[in-house]
Amino acid sequence: MLIYLMMDIDGENMDRRPSRTTNFPEVTIDFRADLPASKSPFPFSLVRIKRFEGPVHRLIACLRLQLKMDGEELTEQETALYDRQIRVWGVDAQRRLSKSHILVSGMKGSVVEFCKNIVLAGIGSLTLTDNRMVTEEALLSNFLIPPDENMYSGRSLAELCCDSLKNFNPMVHVSVEKGDLLSFDEDFYDKFDAVVVSCCSFTAKRTINEKCRRRPKRIAFYTVDCRDACGEIFVDLQKYNYMQKKLDDTIECQLQYPSFEEAVAAPWTSLPKKVTKLYYAMRVIEGFEESEGRNSGEVSISDLPCVLKMRNELCKKQSLNESHIPDSLLERLLLAGTSEHPPVCAIIGGILGQEAIKAISGKGDPLKNFFFFDAEDGKGIIEDINSSH
Amino acid sequence: MASEQQAQAIKNAKVLMVGAGGIGCELLKTLALSGFQDIHIIDMDTIEVSNLNRQFLFRQSHVGQSKAKVAREAVLGFRPHINIAASHANVKDPEFNVEFFKQFNVVLNGLDNLDARRYVNRLSLAAEVPLVESGTTGFLGQVTVHVKSKTECYECQTKPNPKTYPVCTITSTPSKFVHCIVWAKDLLFAKLFGDKNLENDLYVHSNDTSSSSENAEDVFERREGEDPEKYGRRIYDHVFGHNIEAALAMEETWKNRNRPKPIYSRDVLPDKLVQQNENLDKNFTVDNPLSVSAMTSLGLRNPQDVWSLVENTRILLESLKLFLRKREKEIGSLVFEKDDQLAVEFVTAAANIRAASFGISMHSLFEAKGISGNIVHAVATTNAIIAGLIVIEATKILQNDVKNCRVTYCLEHPSKKMLLMPVEPFEPNKSCFVCSEAPLSLEVNTYHTTLRNFVEKIVKAKLGMNLPLIMLGSSLLYEVGDGLEEDTVANYEANLEKVLAELPSPVVSGTKLTIEDFQQELSCDISIKHREEFDEEKEPDGMLLSGWTKSSTSVVSQSVPLEREDNEHVQWSNQ
Ligand SMILES: [Zn+2]
Repeated sequence: MLIYLMMDIDGENMDRRPSRTTNFPEVTIDFRADLPASKSPFPFSLVRIKRFEGPVHRLIACLRLQLKMDGEELTEQETALYDRQIRVWGVDAQRRLSKSHILVSGMKGSVVEFCKNIVLAGIGSLTLTDNRMVTEEALLSNFLIPPDENMYSGRSLAELCCDSLKNFNPMVHVSVEKGDLLSFDEDFYDKFDAVVVSCCSFTAKRTINEKCRRRPKRIAFYTVDCRDACGEIFVDLQKYNYMQKKLDDTIECQLQYPSFEEAVAAPWTSLPKKVTKLYYAMRVIEGFEESEGRNSGEVSISDLPCVLKMRNELCKKQSLNESHIPDSLLERLLLAGTSEHPPVCAIIGGILGQEAIKAISGKGDPLKNFFFFDAEDGKGIIEDINSSH
Repeated sequence: MASEQQAQAIKNAKVLMVGAGGIGCELLKTLALSGFQDIHIIDMDTIEVSNLNRQFLFRQSHVGQSKAKVAREAVLGFRPHINIAASHANVKDPEFNVEFFKQFNVVLNGLDNLDARRYVNRLSLAAEVPLVESGTTGFLGQVTVHVKSKTECYECQTKPNPKTYPVCTITSTPSKFVHCIVWAKDLLFAKLFGDKNLENDLYVHSNDTSSSSENAEDVFERREGEDPEKYGRRIYDHVFGHNIEAALAMEETWKNRNRPKPIYSRDVLPDKLVQQNENLDKNFTVDNPLSVSAMTSLGLRNPQDVWSLVENTRILLESLKLFLRKREKEIGSLVFEKDDQLAVEFVTAAANIRAASFGISMHSLFEAKGISGNIVHAVATTNAIIAGLIVIEATKILQNDVKNCRVTYCLEHPSKKMLLMPVEPFEPNKSCFVCSEAPLSLEVNTYHTTLRNFVEKIVKAKLGMNLPLIMLGSSLLYEVGDGLEEDTVANYEANLEKVLAELPSPVVSGTKLTIEDFQQELSCDISIKHREEFDEEKEPDGMLLSGWTKSSTSVVSQSVPLEREDNEHVQWSNQ
């Protein structure tokens, strides 16, 4: 008997071994190797039922199981280690995680937290880029680097973090990519399912986001920044389909994300009234750093007059009342400079970890498309910023 | 950047951290990075493999070691000059008394059980040290702040009791898989392998109808020289076949329910099939009794698979056989343990066969283990977020900024755009017996209830007192503690067996009892009210404690996470 079988997203990785008889002793099925799903114009595959005796619902259950099995089973070691989280997101999600590859750039507090979280969660591989050498300040909020000069001198932040992260979970492959983030070719990004950038300029964010967007496969893109006790996450999942759970029902949903450039180009007057002040303040500081050619966070309180001037100009241009971006908030963000607030890094790195896990596993509602946290009021807010408001 | 004042407050603070598990590891790291210099950690647990996916201070090589001690070492690795003390001990040990608590500026909880939380709450109140309490389940979490007389205490709102199920739901009318698990674990497993002297309701509804052919008491005993396979099939047929048929005879029960179908082993698994597997004993080289496995014998590998009825039957018979052959010495004293592979296999198979009989869907061993072992769902990210929030609240407390403290919920789905939602802490509950010392009242049958029952089910279980002292006016009825005279102890022992109304100072309707626990510096009054009748299903203790009502209703519309209890879903009332 031949049956057309609809494949899921990971169809090409589907298990093509005969169905394991422990589950369904009454069924033996074969995938037809002469028509690989990836070459087929349709998302279908041919399945041959070799032997089948028993009720039809057993056959259907067996085919369903085959569909679910994208890739190998988890090993006993993996099942034991990931037991508690498999109980949260299921074994399929765990399998997808273990085959995923993530690139991060800018090894500061919130990114270090993020790396810890996803390495523990059991992704396939993590690639780190950050050529900077260790500074006193970098040590302050980084629990991956031993404060022993003999151990860290002459090595980059990425190399040092890599050593520690490897220890967190021997099942995850952690490596360092040397070189400047902006210098990587576009096809370099093909290796990854998600890219996280931090501590970089507006131009760098925009450029890398565009490179990811031009690739044939979808690459989840995130930026993350912490200033003072505030944090911001930006998410671009391009066109994203996922199953949304509503009570006992699951419905298929699609989200369309704008790029970083498109999102921040949204006219301020078009945004909902109650958008957090933090969104505007971050854009002002970002714009200031960009115009002055500064690195991210390379600001101080002495920049306040220039920043206020920039705020006023921007507000005028965007027809927004200046009170939406209070002086005190800008002052706070400038005072912080490149220093970090560890509890906020933990919170931002935690939310970002959760989001990457959602995007990779296809489980759970992803946030669209900005997240803000300010320890001052304790709120963690999602904002949907796009030009189509 | 932290202000100078904030940095100073953090630097000078002495912090007590209770729990070095999921939240604890994250918390210790974030405290150290934030500049805290003086931290004392208490945790009685040792490291397990299933901790390693989130308790990132621990490695495979640490399995079996003290969590508190390994966490301390790991954090000193990146912050060598701070002062961390680690106690591998139970926070309820007498050394952690009020005096001990008083040396700290703030107490931070990363605990996983109600009992320890209550204890820390009481000690923090008595020592007048602010407490930051926390909990997570999956993607949900919460951080609450408790400052004496300014905010509610941890116990101001009654905590949901561990889920209990009526006896008859378990013994005769299961409708959910969890009911089958409870039956398999607390009744069948306990009956066959546990302490024979313990009460067991396994045949509440079976012996009255089928007692003519066999004496029900003997059914579960293995007969002299009985073949393990035969014994297994006899048990199988009795519980899944005869008992169900006997229950079916009671027409009343099934008027509005689906009738279960009896299952006999020979129908599922003809003898012929068994013989083929007879030689398949792959367990003969196993040394560790906890790794003896029926799945291994039968070549079943994936714990995620849902077994067929045939497979469940095989597993049940095989696991019973393995208990008899490999672990005979333990029979009679076994207690179900989630890490005991063979026990989990037995319970999974038994629950599944019962489920099949009652038309309830069957589950995998992985799922059954989660339900029977009350396994907490946990991920690293939520714990990291919650730990960050704890440090933010602790920092406010240390700067005497209690009015800006918040209770924060970490949500899975945004509410008013928020994933992290802060709300103002509630006021203390005036009728809380813990922080407001409000009186309680107890309805009880004073002629039926013994003092022992009252001590166990009310004073210990409900009021959470460890070393209680019970007084009626000036006369002592009961007391626990060191240094008591021998004859006093004998007196108290005798009192325990007496019903309330027949104590030396009779406890009757209108009596006011005073109960104290010196360790917790807690005292409360209970007014006794006599009542004749109690509903066995709804009030299985035969007592009803009241007086401490909910203070205010939560402003959170979305269902908020509550700390999962160790024994949350699979406890049930067994009078
Ligand atoms: Zn209270």
